[in-house]
Amino acid sequence: MAPIILVPLSPVPEDLIRSLASPLESIFRTTVTISDQINVSVESVYDSSRAQYNSTFLIKQLLENYSAPPFAGEKILGITSVDLFVPILTYVFGEAQLNGMTGVMSVYRLDETMYGMDADPVLLFERTLKEAVHELGHTFGLLHCRSFECSMHSSTTVEEVDLKSAGLCRHCSEHIGIK
Amino acid sequence: MGNNIKKNSILIVDDEEIVRESLTKWFIQDGFRVEAAEHANAALKLMEKGPWDVVILDIKMPGMSGLELLKRLREIDKSSQVIMATAFASVESAVQALKDGAFDYVTKPIDPDHLSHLVANAIQQKVLEDQNTQLRQHINDLTGSNEIVGESPQIKRVIDLSLTVAQTDTTVMIRGESGTGKELIARTIHANSARRYFPIITVNCGAVAETLLESELFGHERGAFTGAQYRRKGKFEMADGGTIFLDEIGTVSAKMQIELLRVIETKQFTRVGGNELISSDFRVICATNRNLEAAIKDGSFREDLYYRLNVFSISIPPIRERRMDIPQLAQFFVSKYAGIMNRPMKEISADAMDLLVRYDWPGNVRELENVIERAMVLADGDTIRPTDLPFQNVVKHDAPKDDTLAAIERQHVEVILGTTHWNITHAAEILDIDRVTLYNKIAKYGLKKP
Repeated sequence: MAPIILVPLSPVPEDLIRSLASPLESIFRTTVTISDQINVSVESVYDSSRAQYNSTFLIKQLLENYSAPPFAGEKILGITSVDLFVPILTYVFGEAQLNGMTGVMSVYRLDETMYGMDADPVLLFERTLKEAVHELGHTFGLLHCRSFECSMHSSTTVEEVDLKSAGLCRHCSEHIGIK
Repeated sequence: MGNNIKKNSILIVDDEEIVRESLTKWFIQDGFRVEAAEHANAALKLMEKGPWDVVILDIKMPGMSGLELLKRLREIDKSSQVIMATAFASVESAVQALKDGAFDYVTKPIDPDHLSHLVANAIQQKVLEDQNTQLRQHINDLTGSNEIVGESPQIKRVIDLSLTVAQTDTTVMIRGESGTGKELIARTIHANSARRYFPIITVNCGAVAETLLESELFGHERGAFTGAQYRRKGKFEMADGGTIFLDEIGTVSAKMQIELLRVIETKQFTRVGGNELISSDFRVICATNRNLEAAIKDGSFREDLYYRLNVFSISIPPIRERRMDIPQLAQFFVSKYAGIMNRPMKEISADAMDLLVRYDWPGNVRELENVIERAMVLADGDTIRPTDLPFQNVVKHDAPKDDTLAAIERQHVEVILGTTHWNITHAAEILDIDRVTLYNKIAKYGLKKP
């Protein structure tokens, strides 16, 4: 499996990102490192008319910074805490290149406080892990899965994120060559 | 994965490149076959590559407008479901689009949840007929795995009852001590029921604060309370078509018991802060380790709710009452954690297995699983040995030195004290004697805490 690099895109809770490395290594059976070479700015993809950040542009920036050696062949996941969008949709939790190199995700809409609830760091970690597995799964070539409990199940609300597990189902695991 | 399922197809017609690109990517990741056209003529050419299950059509385009194109598309293929999209919504254009046969009409940008549901609804009828057989087989494969392990008559009886009740829509109450696998039984019932194509939603009633449980179960509207910036669906709404599993039902408050009774009877509710009456088709499975009959007597649990929930009862025996299953369960967890930890399989030595079988497992299967997980971490080499198990206080079941009642009683008291780590209250409960009597027996037999 291709190694994974997590790229913290400020503003972002860095402790949360560090805590993702170990479970992601277990799930994808590959090495996970956290990049400290960050030349990507979320501010440059801010859309003032929507007060949101364009995730497609963020992916382009990540590609420009990480497509050359020594990163070629690795899977890059940018993680931020700003509200992401693509132009046709009101928001996205994340976006990734299918069978490509790069994905990006945000914890913004995974946070219980966004929904008027008390902060729940454990739940936030679980949701972040699920979303990270989901976007990385796309970069490994996985499509959305029909199993409600598979991380690759499509989820457009946090309730649906909570419904699934952080792991990949048997079909998805086999599809990318992990058993 | 949709590997075995014919791809649904979507044609996107929009003059903005960024819209075509992002929608194309979105639907490809969702498993659709997607083509995009930048204007009406290109769309008409692509109709040759059809039929398209869904067409997403921008209303305002240079040249032939979306509304004109809609009429042409309907002439070519009436079965395609056309969703009109516009950044400039007007009642007139919406009415006209629907009159001309559009499936629906949305404004850009589109809420992703709305878009998903919209497209899903549009293709539902078509997909159902073509894919029903394959989808059922696929989901059967996904949900068919059975993690209930054991060959004892007690657990076989539980499995038989679960599979029998799964064929009905009856409300089920699962009883059993903590850690016996009540949720696993609930999932087995769901996975073998006609509702298996929809989700099972678990709510641990004991883990959610009383003030939040109402919002958790019924959802809330935007602005329902301070900080509620967005509408949120509740668990009953999420369980539509499937099963809701209410764990630790014995812990819910008197007020919530009334709410639950009403919702379970009517299958209708409103979100917190909302007026809209929402219907949801769900099956209820609940579980408790509490003595609800006693709770009814002391007034802490409503009798009418009890009878509504306790239609079909399944009691899961504690592991100490089915010791013959312990070796198989232990091997199952060794295999499970070997996979999770990416480590080779380990054997369990005869001594260690003997300890596992003789231990009383107050935490039941969950405790056994934790013990095996811990042993998999600790064990050197390829064998789990007694030193890898946390049972220093377990007293060996050596045969009593004589057959007198006193000798047998002494040994039994000693074993129970060992398995409860000398927790006098717990040991007295298991022995069904009061604490004073237990202290007297400890003194009488000269037992000493290790």
